[in-house]
Amino acid sequence: MTAGLRLVKMQDHIKAVEAPVNPNIPELRAGDSVSVHVRITEGQRERIQEFRGTVIRMRKGGNNANFTVRRIATHGIGVERTFLLRSPRIEKVEIQRSAHVRRAQLYFLRDRIGKRARLKEKRRS
Amino acid sequence: MKGLLGKKVGMTQIFDESGAALPITLIEAGPCYVTQIRRPEKDGYAAVQLGFGEIKPRRLTGGQLGHLKRNELQPMRYLREFRTKSAEELAEGDVLTVALFEVGDRVDIVGTSKGKGFQGGVRRYGFKGGPRTHGQSDRLRAPGSHGATTTPGRVFKGSRGPGHMGSHRVTSENLRVDLVDTERNLLGVRGSVPGAKGALVIVREVRKQ
Repeated sequence: MTAGLRLVKMQDHIKAVEAPVNPNIPELRAGDSVSVHVRITEGQRERIQEFRGTVIRMRKGGNNANFTVRRIATHGIGVERTFLLRSPRIEKVEIQRSAHVRRAQLYFLRDRIGKRARLKEKRRS
Repeated sequence: MKGLLGKKVGMTQIFDESGAALPITLIEAGPCYVTQIRRPEKDGYAAVQLGFGEIKPRRLTGGQLGHLKRNELQPMRYLREFRTKSAEELAEGDVLTVALFEVGDRVDIVGTSKGKGFQGGVRRYGFKGGPRTHGQSDRLRAPGSHGATTTPGRVFKGSRGPGHMGSHRVTSENLRVDLVDTERNLLGVRGSVPGAKGALVIVREVRKQ
């Protein structure tokens, strides 16, 4: 076996222990307005918390794949939360609307407030 | 005796029942073959010698091949001994796999750390370096004084200082086994493990509790 083949085989091993893709998460893109339903355990009780905002980035990487959602909380304070895409703690994700964006990471939204932080909607056919 | 030889595959994350992401290192461990049992009567100490890894027969010497041939074993890349008192439960030619361990066990992982080359005292031993301000120049990462004065007039052996760092034996102790895949001979342990991907690691029972 060549060195390259050995590396491929090692990658296979890493893939083998990955969690399955959550069927309740649609294919997300930067610019999507989403509502993420997260399971939260408080002591013995378990409840579902919703986090609504705009996806500002998607990151790949098997089990480490994640996405960041940005929302504007009260007093205009921006809150960003990063979710692991394959985490079993994510109950489901709903896409409310999608926006036409020209970059993969929407970090420029951090510097914008109010009406300037809007994104142009893209109709999904 | 619980011990295996393996190959570091790399790190990833897995999720436990509660959904928490655990950082784990995957090790392709075993199957290992018992190539020899050392007995106090004969060898002066008790140990089990394990073999692991494929290799072409022409890469081994005749002596090594002959040593393995005694128990009708394939050529193996690595042979390592595990000191143990319970060698009698094993016989030469036996196979050890990851089934030896189960999720929740604690293990020590021994490996050879990645070579860092010649490094200064700041990186190698965490020396503080010199002051950054007060008119200092080229003292930022200087090691400072190396020893005393006319007495003893020399630097004691073993003093810390710049030099070659890495590629030495390192043991990561008391790591939790978070994953056992008997089909793929995979072991997942919590946290990091010394060495490069593809390098030999020794998985053994915890020494210190």
